[in-house]
Amino acid sequence: MSDTSVPAAAVAAAPDPGNVKKDGSERWTQTLRDITGGSAMISVLAVVFALIVGAVLIAFTNERVQETAVYFFSRPGDLLQAVWAAVAGAYSALFQGAIYNFRANNFLTAIRPLTETLTFATPLIAAGLGVGLAFRVGMFNIGGRGQMLIAAGAAGYVAFAVELPAGIHLIVAILAGLLGGAIWGGIVGLLKARTGAHEVIVTIMLNFVALYLIQFLLRTPGALQAPGSNNPKTPAMLPTAVFPDLFGPRYNLHAGFLTVIAATIFVWWLLSRSNLGFQFRAVGQNPSAARVAGINVKNVYMYAMAISGALVGLAGINQVLGTVTTGFGAGIDAGIGFDAITVALLGRSRPWGIFAAGILFGAFKAGGFAMQAAEGVPIDIVVVVQALIVLFIAAPPLVRAMFHLPTPGTTKKPAIRAVKARKTNEVVAK
Amino acid sequence: MKLELRGITKRFGALVANNNISLTVESGEIHALLGENGAGKSTLMNVLYGLYIAEEGEILLDDTVQKFAGPGDAMKAGIGMVHQHFMLVPVFTVAENVVLGHEQTTFGGRLDLSAARAKVREISDRFGFDIDPDALIEDLPVGVQQRVEIIKALSQDARVLVFDEPTAVLTPQETDELMIIMRQLAESGTSIVFITHKLREVRAVADRITVIRLGTVVGEASPTATNAELASLMVGRAVELTVHKNAPELRGTALSVKNLSVIDSRNQIVVNSVSFDVQAGEVLAIAGVQGNGQTELTEALLGLQHHVTGSIELDGKPLRGYSVRHILDSGVGFVPEDRTEDGLIADFSIAENLMLDRSSGAPFVKAGNLQLGFRATFAAEKIREFDIRSQGSEMEAGRLSGGNQQKVVLARELSRELRLFVAAQPTRGLDVGSIEFVHTRIIETRDSGIPVIVVSTELDEVVALADRIAVMYRGEIVGIVPGNTPRATLGLMMAGEHAPETKALL
Ligand SMILES: Nc1ncnc2c1ncn2[C@@H]1O[C@H](COP(=O)(O)OP(=O)(O)OP(=O)(O)O)[C@@H](O)[C@H]1O
Ligand SMILES: [Mg+2]
Repeated sequence: MSDTSVPAAAVAAAPDPGNVKKDGSERWTQTLRDITGGSAMISVLAVVFALIVGAVLIAFTNERVQETAVYFFSRPGDLLQAVWAAVAGAYSALFQGAIYNFRANNFLTAIRPLTETLTFATPLIAAGLGVGLAFRVGMFNIGGRGQMLIAAGAAGYVAFAVELPAGIHLIVAILAGLLGGAIWGGIVGLLKARTGAHEVIVTIMLNFVALYLIQFLLRTPGALQAPGSNNPKTPAMLPTAVFPDLFGPRYNLHAGFLTVIAATIFVWWLLSRSNLGFQFRAVGQNPSAARVAGINVKNVYMYAMAISGALVGLAGINQVLGTVTTGFGAGIDAGIGFDAITVALLGRSRPWGIFAAGILFGAFKAGGFAMQAAEGVPIDIVVVVQALIVLFIAAPPLVRAMFHLPTPGTTKKPAIRAVKARKTNEVVAK
Repeated sequence: MKLELRGITKRFGALVANNNISLTVESGEIHALLGENGAGKSTLMNVLYGLYIAEEGEILLDDTVQKFAGPGDAMKAGIGMVHQHFMLVPVFTVAENVVLGHEQTTFGGRLDLSAARAKVREISDRFGFDIDPDALIEDLPVGVQQRVEIIKALSQDARVLVFDEPTAVLTPQETDELMIIMRQLAESGTSIVFITHKLREVRAVADRITVIRLGTVVGEASPTATNAELASLMVGRAVELTVHKNAPELRGTALSVKNLSVIDSRNQIVVNSVSFDVQAGEVLAIAGVQGNGQTELTEALLGLQHHVTGSIELDGKPLRGYSVRHILDSGVGFVPEDRTEDGLIADFSIAENLMLDRSSGAPFVKAGNLQLGFRATFAAEKIREFDIRSQGSEMEAGRLSGGNQQKVVLARELSRELRLFVAAQPTRGLDVGSIEFVHTRIIETRDSGIPVIVVSTELDEVVALADRIAVMYRGEIVGIVPGNTPRATLGLMMAGEHAPETKALL
C-alpha cells in the first residue's frame, strides 16, 4: 500500500457527477423514447391533420377546382363548391372502399371493403408489433424487410415442399417462419450485445443480405424456385398449409387475422404482465439503472430482437400463407417492413394502439384503390397522408404548437427531463 | 433588484405543490429557502423561472408585475437560475456556452466569440474567478462548471439569481468558495434565492430564511437560529440531528477485500490495490473527496466494473467475477451514488421501481407472470414505512421530489434479505428529517448483524455513522482509522496524508 505506483494523472481526481457527457447514440435513444412515448392525443391529431393536408392536396389536383379558381373573384361560390365536391367525393370513396359500401345492394357485399381492410391490416399489425416491441426496448428495428423475407422463405418452403397432414402442415409452416424471423432479428441483437454494433446499421445491412439470399434461392432449382420454371418465383403453396378463409371464398380475409389478434394479446401480456417484458421496458427506459438492478442488458437485447424478428416474420408468413398463396417472388414484403415503422409510431408502441393503427393503414390501402378508381384521385395522396402522419408524430413540438397542447416539460420535473445518462453503448459494452 | 412573489399557487392534479406562497427578496439580499423534501421549493422556483405557469398569484420585479410564458421571458426580465444539474454543452468551450442561446454574429453570420471571451474575462475578473474562456466544459471540475453557469446567468445581466441545491455535488472547499461568490454578488445588488438542505450553509450566508412545509410558508427564521430550531421548523417536529448508536456488536469478518484494483474504461487505474475487512455488525465509512475511486470501488463490489483484479469474499464465498444478478442474489444491497441515473427508472411507477432488482423470481414473479396484486400491497406498505410523499404507488417515480426518490431506492434495497449493505451517498439531497430516518435505518441494519459500507463525501455523515473510517485518496486507502478520529485528522487524510497511526506501519 505504501507503493504509490499510480501516476498522479492516471487517477481521475476531478469529480465528475455533473460532467454530463452526451454522445450521439444516447441522445438518439432519448429522442426515440420521446417520439415513441408520445400521447394518444398526438396520434389522433396527427391523423386528423394529415387528412386535412390530404384534403388540400386533393383540392389542388382536382381539375374542376383549377377551372373555377380562374374566375374565383367573380364567383367564389363555384370554387368552394368544387373544393367541397372534390374532397367529399374522395374521402367518401375512401370510406366506401375501406369500410362499408353504401351502393351495394345487400349487406354481405356492402361489408366486403371492411374485410379487405382487415386483410391488408393483418401483416401491418404483425410487423408493427415487432417494430413497436423493439422501440419499447430502445431499439429501432428497420430490418422488417429482411426479417419478412427470411420468414416468408422458411414458411413458404415448408408450405410447398414438405407434405404433412392438413392443420399440422400449417402449424409447422408457421413455426418455421417464426423461427426464420427470430433468427434474422436475433442476429441483430447478438451483434449489438456482443460488439456494440448499432442496430440501425445492422438491420439495414441484413435487409440486403436477406434480399439477395432470397433472390439467389429463387433462382436455384431445388431451393425456392418452382420446378420447370425460369422465373424467380416459388411454386404455389400446398392447400394443407394455407390459412383457411374466415368467411368463405367470397372474401379474401383469412385465418391469418386470428394469428395477429393472438400476437397482439401476446405482446400485451409480454409487456405489461410478464417479467421478461418488465425487463425489456426497464432496459428501454434506462439501461444503466437496469444493469445496476441485475438485469442482463445484453440478453435483453438479444431476446427482444429475436421476438421482434419473429413478430415481423409473422407478417411475412401471412403474406405467403394467406394473401399470395400462388407462389411468391422477392417483392413479397411489399414494403410492409417499412410501413410497420409508421404503424408502430402511430400506435405509440402499445400493442392495442398498433392494432388500431394497423387497421387504419389497412383501410388507407383498401380505400386508396377505391378512391383512385372512383374519383381519379391518385393513390399517391394516400401515401402522402401516411407520410404526413409520421412527420407529425415525429415532430411532437410542431403538433403541440399547432394545437396549443402543453409541453411535457410543464407537467414533468425538468430535472428528470434532463436525466443525464451514461452512454448506452457503454452499458452494452459492459 | 427586488423580487416579490405574491400568493403563488401551483397544482399538479389533486396535489397542491405551492399553496398561496408569498415571498419577498430585497435587493442585495440572500434569501434561503428551506423545507423538507417535496415541500415545493423547486416548484416555486420553476414558476419564477417561467418553467411552470402558476394557477394563481403574481411575480413582481421592482414592484412591476411580470408575465412569463417561458424561461426566455424570465431571463430577459433579469432572472437567472443555476440548476442542480448543469445545463452546459460539454464539448463547447466556456465562451461558447456562455453565449449559447443569444449568440452575436459579425458580418456574414460568423459567431463573434471575441466579444463572448471578453465578457467571460470581465465577469471573471469582477469576482476573482480564474476561468479560461477557451477551456472545454468537459475538462473542468464541477465547481468550475458551476461558476460557468453563474457567469452565463450574469452575462445576461441577471439581477435575481436562483441557486437550487447548488452544493449537493460540491466539495467543502468549493462550497466555501461558492459562499464567498454569493456574498460578492449580493453586495453588488443582486438578489439571491438559495435552496439547500445543509443548515450550516444557511447560517453562513443567509440574510433571511423562509421555511416551506407541504406547499405553504410556515415561517421565517433568522440566521442566528440554532440547527435544532431550523430543523424542527422545517419538519414540524423535533429532529435528532445526531444518530444514537451503541457500540457495535462485532460478529466476525463478513466481507473481505484484498488487493482490489480497478481499471476504468479510459484505461486508468482508479482503485489501486485496496484491502479492507468489514465485520458483521459494523459500519465502515469510506470517506474522501469526490472522485478518488470510491464510486468505482462500490461498483466493483457489485460486479459493475469490468477490469477488476484482487479478491472480494463475502461470508467466505468469492464475489469477484460474478454477474450483478448473482451478487444481488448473494444478499448485497446497493444504493448507487446517482439515483436518477443508476437507481431509478423515471418513467416507471413507484411500485415498479420497488421491484426493479427482483424481476426474476418470487415473490414478485411467478411462472413468468408479474404478481401485480402482491406488488401493489408491497408498494403501499413501503410507501407508508419509508414515508414516501407521493400520490400513490402508481405515480411515476420521476415526478417525486429528489428526497422521495432516494427513499424509494432505500426502501427497495433495505427490504431484501441482506448479507451486506453498500450505500453510496445515501442522503444526498435529503432533508434533515429524512437524513435522521435514513441514518437510523442504517444503524438498525448494522445492529441486525449486517456489515455496512457507507461511502460519503460529507464528513458529518461519516462521523455520524462510522465505526471505522477508511479514507480514500487517488484510488488508495490512505488509512483506516477509528470512528472517533478528529475531523482535522480526517481532513488531512482526505488531502492524501497518511494517518498518524498507520504511518508507523508503513
Ligand atoms: N410534474 C409534476 N407532476 C406531479 N407532481 C409533481 C411534479 N413536480 C413536482 N411534483 C410534486 O410536487 C411536490 C413538490 O415538489 P418539489 O420538487 O417542488 O419539492 P422540493 O421542495 O424541491 O423537494 P426536494 O428538496 O426533495 O428537492 C412533490 O410532492 C412532488 O412530488
Ligand atoms: Mg428540489
